[in-house]
Amino acid sequence: MKVSELAQKTGLAAINEYKDREIERVYISDMVSDLIASARTNSVVVTLQTHKSLIAAANLAGAAMIVIVNGRKPSEDVVALANRTGIGLFSYDLDSWAFAKKLVNLGFE
Amino acid sequence: MPEELLRKTFEIQGWDFENAGERSAEVTTILKDLDVDPNIILRVGVVAFEAEMNVVMYAGRATLTLVVTDDEIVVEVADEGPGIADIELAMQPGYSTASDEMREMGFGYGLGLPNIKKNSDVFSLQSEVGRGTRLHSIIRLISYG
Repeated sequence: MKVSELAQKTGLAAINEYKDREIERVYISDMVSDLIASARTNSVVVTLQTHKSLIAAANLAGAAMIVIVNGRKPSEDVVALANRTGIGLFSYDLDSWAFAKKLVNLGFE
Repeated sequence: MPEELLRKTFEIQGWDFENAGERSAEVTTILKDLDVDPNIILRVGVVAFEAEMNVVMYAGRATLTLVVTDDEIVVEVADEGPGIADIELAMQPGYSTASDEMREMGFGYGLGLPNIKKNSDVFSLQSEVGRGTRLHSIIRLISYG
């Protein structure tokens, strides 16, 4: 499933300009060291973190999409960095579990 | 002797959260340009990122040196930070001296150094309290056995 399709089906609006890559897996974590070690390529990362190092870590891990939960919004410089990496950046109003349920319903295992 | 293909040194400034992660991003870009295997790039990326974040969080400044030879990649980070009194303790997963602010950012769970060791084929850490810390990681391009 492409980033744009996942966003559309979960009702998310993009915060930045992104590359519409294929999403193959999901990783949920708020710990940056855990995320960089485990997120893997072509993943959607679901997290509470909003800072630049999060984008750097997700980019190194090969993530295609980041969903920031609990209605948190990244600052403009974070959005600018996400633009440079091409990772799709999204904000979701509810918590990680609520978004995880949506992903399960879309067929992610 | 392995042939050295590339050597590049980056400066890292402590407490510079603004540019944290930029050097490791540059390291992975260099390796992509050299057509290094993506799994190797990820391992080097994790080593460089964690080491870079350690400098940003704990040390005043440091250099990160990337050396690529025809059979291995070396990441060496030498900082002028406070040093680590008990390296064995610092290497224990879950041990951290991070501030609440760092923890709120999702760091300081004691995973950084173990992550670096796990992704290295050869790993060494030397430190002198009050002088600084030197981290040396080798990731082999050829797997033996």
